[in-house]
Amino acid sequence: MSAAVTASPEKQAGGSSLKSWLLLAPLMVFLAAFFLVPLAQVAVMSVTDPEFGFGHYVDIATDGFHLRVLLDTFLTALVVSLCCLLLGFPLAYAMAAAPGGMAAAMMVVVTMSFWTSFLVRTYAWMVLLGNRGPIAQFVQWLGFEAPELLFTRFSSTVAMTHILLPYMVLSLYGVLKRIEPSLPRSAASLGATPLSVIRHVVLPLAAPGIANGLTLVFVLCLGFYVTPILLGSPREQMVAGVIGQQVEEFLAFGEASAMAMVLLASTLVVLGLYHRRFGLDRLWG
Amino acid sequence: MTKPYLELKNLSKSYDGRSRALDSVNLTAGKGEFITFLGPSGSGKTTTLMLIAGFEAASEGEILVDGVSIGRVPPHKRGIGIVFQNYALFPHRTALQNVMFPLQMRKLPKAQATEKARAMLALVGLEHFAERHPREMSGGQQQRVALARALVFDPALLLLDEPLGALDKNLRENLQIEIKRIQRSLGVTTIFVTHDQSEAMAMSDRIVVFEGGRLQQAGTPLDVYDRPVNDFVARFVGDSNLLPLRLTDPAAGTGEIPGIGPVRLPAQPGRRAGEAATLLLRPEVLGLAAEGAANTCRMQVETVVHFGDSALIIGRAGETPLRARLPGLAAQGIAEDSEIALSWNPTAGHLIPAA
Repeated sequence: MSAAVTASPEKQAGGSSLKSWLLLAPLMVFLAAFFLVPLAQVAVMSVTDPEFGFGHYVDIATDGFHLRVLLDTFLTALVVSLCCLLLGFPLAYAMAAAPGGMAAAMMVVVTMSFWTSFLVRTYAWMVLLGNRGPIAQFVQWLGFEAPELLFTRFSSTVAMTHILLPYMVLSLYGVLKRIEPSLPRSAASLGATPLSVIRHVVLPLAAPGIANGLTLVFVLCLGFYVTPILLGSPREQMVAGVIGQQVEEFLAFGEASAMAMVLLASTLVVLGLYHRRFGLDRLWG
Repeated sequence: MTKPYLELKNLSKSYDGRSRALDSVNLTAGKGEFITFLGPSGSGKTTTLMLIAGFEAASEGEILVDGVSIGRVPPHKRGIGIVFQNYALFPHRTALQNVMFPLQMRKLPKAQATEKARAMLALVGLEHFAERHPREMSGGQQQRVALARALVFDPALLLLDEPLGALDKNLRENLQIEIKRIQRSLGVTTIFVTHDQSEAMAMSDRIVVFEGGRLQQAGTPLDVYDRPVNDFVARFVGDSNLLPLRLTDPAAGTGEIPGIGPVRLPAQPGRRAGEAATLLLRPEVLGLAAEGAANTCRMQVETVVHFGDSALIIGRAGETPLRARLPGLAAQGIAEDSEIALSWNPTAGHLIPAA
């Protein structure tokens, strides 16, 4: 009797966990078929195509070109993350301080660029930065020689900053909005200038959001493909572009796979560092 | 009062340009005075505090501290210590670092700042909690840290915005005494905002009653309690019976209350016979009818609430609702639904002129 009584909740718990697995099943099957299996294939290909061995990884580590591409990619991602922080912080700060209606309007403007395809935004930058674009024409009108803006690291950095800025703004807005309004006020009453309030109160309390935004933008930027391909300098490519080129132009699947694995590993390292410090579950807010 | 230290001159604030959250407030405070702003929420007391602190700009009028107008001085240069209801401690700093903050902002050398901050923590009785973070402290302890932080830089004024509102009753009473003790020992001019009239009575040198954006009355706690200027103050400060009255012979001090009959009052020179007014009788001035008392009435008892030391008798005299607070022993024999005779001393009533 007592055994039956104690057994039934266990059975129930077992039943409900079975149910929740069933609910997850379609997604699991989808992920396995379209993500894990291809990923495994890429991993296998990186050490078997055209022949078995770790030759591609040795090449990546030693031939100079690949390391430079990786370094360029990391550098670009770092610059883009910092630009997003510098541009995003004042915006998020203003949004958090603005009254309800104003804050909502600013939020719409920020997320509006989310709703536009980033391919469209990339082409928009091509128009803006092009040789006959408004910026070039303005510079010429001032009497200077038109600078070469398009197909440089500058143009791809600008466009990626623009595309990734909303991620930064949203993660900063989240922490800034949670700062109790009486804290900056009390800091001011205690003698802190507006700059000191930001330095000693707002920034320390916003630190998790800053780390969050930097990580998010950095990781997304590492794998960026279309924008650097369309806008960037062909001489200073990013990893994703090189992988695409190897696949499409040289049919070098093994080499491309090895690069992809290195890119994946670097991304995981960044996320791992974030996880150790803050916990990964907070990354998306 | 000595020469004014804080002066509010004709202070007004409007948020929308039409209605006034604060309307022509005039007030002076002497150095070292403990003043309480008392009023319901939305009465203008917190708005006044925000204007003094500099978080809001006055629409009209002036604020002077020690004779100098501070209207255009930004909050961080006013040197006013503020304690907020939610403590507003910096969560990323320890108690000691919180108290050191204003000294750090004033570029005091670290050793000196540490020493001062520790001394102030000791004054509020928290010397052993210096290294704790706010989240590791109780509400009362956090409030003491906030107080220490607001006082450590020798502020020109101390503003306390309902600082005890979030604490339980016992703790609140202890902290009332504590705040008063610290305020006296430092001699800092203090403005305390509360909607709790007993807190105001217990702590203040003077109480300023706000309602509807206007200053209703400013006076000592006993002034405000015994001689309220209008019905609102009488109702808001303490328990009250407000009885409609018509003066019959002001010079002799007689009047008539409908349902109770003729009553005697202190003489009311300068008032006319037939004038309407309100008689304030605090429930505790009513007693069981004494032989030969000047003023008596019969009360139909509806409810008796025993507090032990005293009892509140709630009922009616004729049609007029009446509340009497009697000593516990005297109230023991009183049954609900019975009738009792009450009396009061003519000088115990206070006459409020009709608005």
